[in-house]
Formats: sequence, C-alpha cells, structure tokens
Amino acid sequence: MGSFQTEMRGEVAVVTFDLPGEPVNTLSPAVGTEFGEELERLGRDEAVKALVFTSAKQDFVVGADVKWLGSLRTAADGEQASREGQHGFDRLAFFPKPVVAAIHGACLGGGLEWALACRGRVASDAPRTQLGLPEVQLGLLPGAGGTQRLPRLIGVQAALDLIVSGNPVRASKARKLGLVDEVVPRSILVDVAVEHALAFAAGGGRPSASPRRSTREAVTRAALEGNPLGRRLLFAEARKQLLRKSGGHYPAPERALEVVREGLEKGFEAGLRAEARAFGELLVTEVSARLRELFFATTALKKDTGVDGAAKARPVHKVAVLGGGLMGGGIAFVTAEKAELPVRIKERDDASVGRALSHVRGLLDQRVRRRRLDRRGLEKVFARVTATTDLSGFHRADVVVEAVFEDLALKRRLLAEVESATGDAAIFASNTSSIPITRLAEGAKRPGNVIGMHYFSPVEKMPLLEVITHAGTDPSVVATCVELGKGQGKTVIVVRDGPGFYTSRVLAPYLNEAAHLLIEGADIAAVDAALRAYGFPVGPFQLLDEVGIDVGEKVSHVLHDAFGERMTPPATMAVLVKDGRLGRKAKKGFYRYDVKGKEVDASVYASLPGGATRVPFPEEELRDRPVLLFLNEAVRCLEEGILRSPRDGDVGAVLGLGFPPFRGGPFRAIDAMGAVEMVARLEQWKERKGIRFEPAPLLREMAGQGKRFYPDSR
Amino acid sequence: MAQRLIGLRGTTRAVVVKGLRTPFVRAGGVFGSLTSLDLGAAVVRELVERADIDPAEIDQIVFGQAIPTLLAPSIAREVGLASALPRATEAHTVSRACATSIQAFTDVASAMALGVSQVAVAGGTESMSDVPIFTSRPLSRALVKASRARTLPERVRAFAGLKPKDIVPVPPAIAEYSTGLTMGQSAEKMAKENHVSRTWQDEIALASHQRAAAAWKDGVFDAQVMHVPIPPAYTATGTTDDIVRHDSSLEALAKLKPVFDKVHGSVTAGNSSPLTDGAAALLVMREDRAKALGLQPLGALRAFAYAATDPGDQLLQGPAYAAPVALERAGMTLKDIDLVEMHEAFAAQVASNLQAFASPEFARKIGRSAPIGEVDPDRLNVHGGSIALGHPFGATGARIVMQALDALARRDKRTALCTVCAAGGLGAAIVLERV
Repeated sequence: MGSFQTEMRGEVAVVTFDLPGEPVNTLSPAVGTEFGEELERLGRDEAVKALVFTSAKQDFVVGADVKWLGSLRTAADGEQASREGQHGFDRLAFFPKPVVAAIHGACLGGGLEWALACRGRVASDAPRTQLGLPEVQLGLLPGAGGTQRLPRLIGVQAALDLIVSGNPVRASKARKLGLVDEVVPRSILVDVAVEHALAFAAGGGRPSASPRRSTREAVTRAALEGNPLGRRLLFAEARKQLLRKSGGHYPAPERALEVVREGLEKGFEAGLRAEARAFGELLVTEVSARLRELFFATTALKKDTGVDGAAKARPVHKVAVLGGGLMGGGIAFVTAEKAELPVRIKERDDASVGRALSHVRGLLDQRVRRRRLDRRGLEKVFARVTATTDLSGFHRADVVVEAVFEDLALKRRLLAEVESATGDAAIFASNTSSIPITRLAEGAKRPGNVIGMHYFSPVEKMPLLEVITHAGTDPSVVATCVELGKGQGKTVIVVRDGPGFYTSRVLAPYLNEAAHLLIEGADIAAVDAALRAYGFPVGPFQLLDEVGIDVGEKVSHVLHDAFGERMTPPATMAVLVKDGRLGRKAKKGFYRYDVKGKEVDASVYASLPGGATRVPFPEEELRDRPVLLFLNEAVRCLEEGILRSPRDGDVGAVLGLGFPPFRGGPFRAIDAMGAVEMVARLEQWKERKGIRFEPAPLLREMAGQGKRFYPDSR
Repeated sequence: MAQRLIGLRGTTRAVVVKGLRTPFVRAGGVFGSLTSLDLGAAVVRELVERADIDPAEIDQIVFGQAIPTLLAPSIAREVGLASALPRATEAHTVSRACATSIQAFTDVASAMALGVSQVAVAGGTESMSDVPIFTSRPLSRALVKASRARTLPERVRAFAGLKPKDIVPVPPAIAEYSTGLTMGQSAEKMAKENHVSRTWQDEIALASHQRAAAAWKDGVFDAQVMHVPIPPAYTATGTTDDIVRHDSSLEALAKLKPVFDKVHGSVTAGNSSPLTDGAAALLVMREDRAKALGLQPLGALRAFAYAATDPGDQLLQGPAYAAPVALERAGMTLKDIDLVEMHEAFAAQVASNLQAFASPEFARKIGRSAPIGEVDPDRLNVHGGSIALGHPFGATGARIVMQALDALARRDKRTALCTVCAAGGLGAAIVLERV
C-alpha cells in the first residue's frame, strides 16, 4: 500500500498522507517521489479541479525523517538532498491546480514547508495543532524552501522569529501571523479546505480575509522590512539577539539569518541555492550531529519503560504529595495539569496549605497569561488539587511523593505514617537529591514500594526526572513512576541508588573544583565566564547562588562521607554558609542582589584566602579543571552501574544540569575528545592538584583499548 | 391515614456515611469574596476526599440554594463539575427555601428506595455575600424592550418614562411574595399571637450560643467543619463559625433593641439567625452499598414528611405540621425520640413550635387526636442551633442532619427528629436512626 490515498469530493481530490506502519508522517526522498507521481496523475485527471492535502495520523507531518538525514554523509550530499526537496515543493507550488493543506496536529519542519508550498492552508483549532520550523534545534535550517517562502508569506520579522527560535506556534497565532487562512474545528477541517480549494479553482482570491494588523504593526513592518536600510537594521538586531542567546556555540540560526537575507536581496532562486548550501554545510557540523543524537536519545527515553524486564506500569488514579513548598507545589502542578490526575497535598498547617494552593494557582495563572490555558481550563485543572493538614484522602493514592525537608529521620517518619494510611500497593516516592533511598527503604514495611523521584527546580520548567531505585524496588514500581513522570511531561532516566545518585554526584566535584579555584585566587566572574564559554547556561557560582550555597554544601558533605578524599569540599563553603551567605534566597551570595545586572559581591572575597587580590588564571584551566572532574565522575557512575547507559547519562546531564547540548552530554564529549586525551589531561592535573583527578578505571580501560562509549557514532 | 414509606426500611434505605460543612460565617466576612458555587464545590471536593471513596461510585449529586446564583442556575451540576466529580455524575438542583438541603437529602433517599440511585451527594450552599442584585421592574421591562428594538430611536424610546428611582438596583427581599411580610415581621407576629415573651426568646438564644460555644470548645465540630483556604491569595483561611459567641449572657441579649417592631416588638438581632455564608454536604448511599464498600454509616433516614400552612397565618409554624406525620411514618411517637434538632430561624419561631408540639388545641386544629408532646429542653439542639451557628439557607438542612447523627453517636443514643421551617409556610421533618 502506498503512502497516499486519494478520494474525490466532487471535483476536489482529497489526498491523505498515511505513511504505512509508522506512527507519524515524516519526509524522505521515497515519500517525495511517491507524492510527485500522485501529483502528476491528478494533474492529468480532468475531473480534478483542485486538491486538498491532509494527514491520516494524529499529526500532519512532523518533519524530515531524522534517521534519513543521518545517512547523508557529506555536505554535498546534504546540499543535493535539499535541492531535491526544493524542486519537489516547487513543483507543488507551481502546480496548475490549486492545492490546499488541511492541517491538524503537529505541522513541523518539512511538513510546514510542504504546507507553505500549497496555495492555501486551513488549520484545526485543536491544542495539538502546532506549526513551526524546529530545524535549528537540530543544528540545521529549513532546507526545502522554508527560509524563502515563509518571509514572503508572513513578513521578515515574523518569519525570523519562527526560523531562528525553532519554536512552534498554535493555530490561533498562525492565523494572526497569516500563516494559515482559517482556523476551524477539526470536525469540519477537510470540508472547509475543500471549499477553499474550490474557491481558488473558481479563480477567487484567498477565501478568508487576510489577518488584521494593528497600525503600529503595519508601521513597524513598513519601516523595517520595506526598505534596505530598515532591513539591515532588523537583521543586525536579530543577529545580536541570537548571539547573546547562543553564545556563539550554535551556527545554525546565524546561517538561517544569512540565507533569509540572501533571498530577500538577490531573489528567490538565489535564496534557495544559499539555503541548500547552508543546509549541506550545517548537516555535517559536529553541533548538528550532537543535537540529532540527543534528539534520538530523548526520543528513545520516551519509549523506554525504565526497566529491563517485562514489568508493566500499574495504573495511577491519584497522586498525593507530602509538602507543598516550591518542589511539592510544582509536582502537584505537573500532576494536575500535565498528567491530568487528582492530587492531594499535605502540609503542616493552614498557612502552609494556603501557600501551597497559592503556588499551584500562580503557576496556572501564568499558563493563562501565556494563553496556554483558558480560565475554564484553569478551573478544571485546579479542581484536581486539594490540600489538607492530615492524611485524609491519602488512602486512595497510588503514588505518594514526599517533598519535605532533606532529613532522613523526618522522611522515615513520614514513610511510616504514609504506609499506615495507604493501601498495600501505594508507592512511596521520595523527592530527594541526596538522601539514600536504600537507607530510607530499610525502615519500610513495604520496601519494594519505596523509590526516589528526583525532580529539578523549578519543577514546572525543568524537563528531567531522575527515578532512583534501590536493590529491592519492585520493577513494576519503577515502571509506574517512569510512566507517571512521562505523564507529568518529564524525560525520565532511571538510576540506581548511590550517594548523590547521578546528577548531584557529577555536579559535586565540578562545584568543588570551582571552589578550589576560588581559594587559589581565581576571580568569581572569570570562573563563571569560562564555564559559560564552555556552553553551560550559568557558571558554577551563579548556579550555587540559585540552588542555595547551603544546599550545595550539605550535598558535598554527603558525597565526601561516601567517597572520601576525592570529594573533599574546600572549607570555604562552610564559612560562607555560617556568614548567612546562602545565595539568592538570602539575597546574599557570590553575586549582589541589591543592584540591577549581574555583579559579583566583592565582599565575599574577605572571607577567602587571598582576600580581594585576585589572580589571573588561564581560561583553559578555569574551564578544564571543573569540566574534567564532571566527565570523570560520569564515567564512574556508568562503571558502578548507577547509570543504565551512556545515553541516560548524556540526557540527564543536558536536561538536568544544563550541560551544553551541542556537546551532546558528557559521554559524547569524552568520545569527541578521545579517552586517551582525557586520561592524559587528568593525569596532568593529578600531578599538580592531587588524587581527585585520578582517572576513573573504566576510562583508563577504554583509553587502553581505544574504545568509545558510542562505538557506532562517527 | 398513616402512610408508611416501606422503602425506608430494609437494605435499600439510605444511610449517611459522612457529612461535612464549611465554617458558617457572617455575610461579608471571610467568605466575602466567594460565591455559592465556590463554597459548594469546596465542601463536596473535600467530602469526597475525606470519605476516601472512588468518586466514580457517586451516581448523582443533588444540591440547592434558596437564592439562586443567576450565572449558574443549575447549581448542582456546577458544583459537581467544579468539585471534580466525574463528568458522568448526573445532577439536579433543588429548592425548598430554608429546607433546601433536607429536600436534597430526601430526594436522594427516595431515589435509593426506588432503586434508581446507589451513592449520592446531597447538600446545599448559600452566599449572602453574593446575592443577585436586580433592576427594578420598569427598568428591566425597558431593557428587554430595547434589546428587541431594531433601530436606534426605537431603542432610545424604550427608556422613555423611566423615573430616577427605577434606575436604583434592587436586592432580593427576604419577604413572602404572597403576603409581603418579611421573615422578621412574621416572627414578630408569631411572638405576639403566641404570647412568647422576650425573656423566653433570649433564653433560647442564650442556650444556642452556650451549647454551640461548648461544642466548639470540646472539639465536637472538628470533624464536621472543614477549613477553607480563601482564593485568590490563600493567605486567609476560614476555620471556624464566627457568629457563635463564647461570652453571651441574658443581660447582654436583653439590651438589644427590637428590630422589626421598635415599639412593641421582642424580636432582636440577638434572638434571630443572621445572614450567613456557608455550604454543607452529605455522602449518602444505600445501606447495602455502604456495606459492600466497607463503610460504617453514621445513621439512616427512617421517615420524612413535608407540610404547608397558610403563609398569611403563622408563617414559620411548618415543623409543627410536618413532625407528627414524619413520626407516624416512622412508626414512632416523641417518646421514642432521643434528640430533637430544630432549625432556629428565630427564637420566637422555636418557642411557637414547641408550644404547638405540646398543645392539645393545636392538635385539634390540625385534626389530630393528641399533641406531639413536650420537648425536653435538654434534648433539643444539644450542640447549638442556627441562631448561634448561623443560617446559610441552602446549607442548614445538611448541617442539622450531620449534627444530629454526630450528637447521637456521642451520647450513644438511637433516634433523632429534625425539623426545619421554610418560607411559604412550609415545614420539613425527618426521623433519623443510628444503624
């Protein structure tokens, strides 16, 4: 069976794309050829006056087949593929009979370029319907005419927003931008598209009025886009903004900008040629390779049950949360909003209950302000959230997530209380970043039901969930929590219990090393800048300010106790904490919070050896010392079986710790550097700074055997 | 002609498994920013949480209010949806003025006796802080006319002839439509006709406050009254009834001036129930269903009766008409009753009804051979009544039911008679027994 089914609706041929055996429609040369043939046949058929193009899947077309992209080995191959895609859509654009795209669900990348080559576009009003060009997120740019057609349809500025950010827009926004002609309920989507197609065939113009722009918009548009000078200004500003965001690590958005500009200045055909060339060149960059690998890794995790055996997730009808603070409130929010489950919060008193509800409500209000939710939707979600000061309503909870203070005795007491208040199957999940789950489970009546669910703050934003198992955790409990986490919108990695689990553990030596540098006289801003230059979104000191210097200090002691000398935290942290220097929450940290902008609080140096006199360090040292320890510790986690795979380690570091995505994660970064090189660098530092730079045994082994963590990657 | 509802015996009878209410709060108080719907949804959501049953077990919700919320006239359905009951839980709204949630309760019990319902939520809500404000009749006529007008001049002409006073908004009257008398005036009339002294009224009010205050102090209400965090800031929480006075005295009550007849009157703010915000709900199920779910019922509905009298006569005397019928249907006399819960709209009304209960003359008037009997004051409203606890019209009935069942359990007694008087000369009476 082919990928396209055509059915006549009067004089309109409705062509439905349904890639056989696949959950979503993607683009590849084979699909292109098949569509070309169908188009040709319908072109010859005189009974056909117009075409409607739609999808049989849950989504329209989600983009190019990323696996196929990986099979293109050289820049020339990439350019050639792009040229072929362009030609295909050119044929569609110049097809003598009008074609209207009927769009429901995701219409992304090549899918949107496909729709752009049609005469008209109608979209469904379902929340699932999203249109966008996410190619830059894979280190690429739209390579099938998107960089040329989009600015001509919706204007340069709006087009750049879509192309450079890669963020999709919903149907209503697409209508406002002029990206689609009309937005209708899904039930009549194809009918309306057929009407539009007939109207085009009858020689009419666009069947619905073009979107109304405010005068201000019209004036800005004329000033910026209508003349060369304004355009130059617009591009310069766009470039400045994206450099600020990308830190110069991501070439794709910049290339996209150039390509759009080329097309505007030298014409459509020149634009297409530039687009194809840029596409080919970007395709073979390391950055794109890493981003696509990461894409595959997160996609694979979405399908991963989290257990190696056949254990199935149990159904979850209700979730309870102990503690409604920042974490607990966030967990309640993603449970009610994303997982659409009722959630019962327990707090210690009415005032805390009020704060918890206010927190959840505030997050929902934010969704409304951002138009992700309407008022009635808010009420519906919020009705799922109740709060109490006792354990009433816990009896029916399938999963109880504990999000209280990091204190083993407290958590054990709560576990005992919850066990007596809930059914035998209830899962007790501890949201902890450092308390050993094994120790927690020791006191349990039903240790098999005890597990860790380490969320990251702020829960509603951070995409990672670290699920932590101890030796006795029932596999079905693991699968249940992984499934719940996915429902809450998280990418979930399962790690074995061990001090600091994975994320806190690799972060600790990295932060310690930054502190060592500080004691040796390095400048706070210089250390942070060096690691931002490596690609972290914030430097280690700013990170400590955000999570709380006391929290970092506490975790570092847990790890020191467990791993001994190599995790010895420099004494300075304790001094700072004693001074009440806790970070942002205390408005006193490495940075100042009483002034605008990021300014180091120079008074911190008074508590440090060396005082206010700072010593210049080579940037390489400021970067390498913390980063090498981070990578080395990740290898130890893999070696000890804390991690199930390098894939989990890479995704966890990128999504949980802000490890630079364009480096693909610690294991990809080591592969890129080579284990031999990494061992050499560690040895070098070990000589100067001591045992904490001792290379992980597995790393030595890999260096010795010339192995890689990902043997099949390029 | 004694009629017995056979269905209220045996395994298909309705039992109350759990009751819960919000604090009852003076109108304009801590619930000032909440609507009736907010209060109703809060109490139902929490009731279901605390009952620890699968919400999908609940097949219907019957809810009501005395003064309808015009933006959500199908209040039962809205409460069901807003409290996250399954969308498939059907709903209907009831109204019987101050006996509204008694009506909701007997509705679901009747449905259970007929076998058409298994598990239900019954209750009521009222926000006197959120009453609908009307326009005057002339203005609303003009507005309707204008909305139908086709041209601008026609539209303008619709408003011709309006007087300035027609523009003033009108709050709903708590007055009888058929007689024009307010509730307070009716109570005043009853006090005079039945020769109920000011002192007796104040004594009833004092007992109400003292018993309610003692009950709060002893933790009687802790499990019946939920805490309500107040949106949108959630910095305040409604935790307790705010009308009950812990320091009332006869002297203080005696100092208050009569409100409805300033010269010869005896009905004061102190011996009347105040305008109140609050909601209450009961989880009701068939006795066999409760058993199957492993839930311990608080008590069962044994019989109920409604009655009506001429609103132009003694408006709030309804209980004295309904109670003998309910007792008869229960196969009981007042001697078989351990506790009496009588809604206190006004102390004058309570006194008048107690008089009528005991009066051979009244018995003759309603065609019965003997009076109901004297109610032992020690068995009446043992944890306080509406004068001290407040009276959110729609919620009072459910409050009385849960309070009666709780009081029976605390004293290890078996039976209770509950009565509520209502506008229009209506009266409700139910007989409860512990299972």
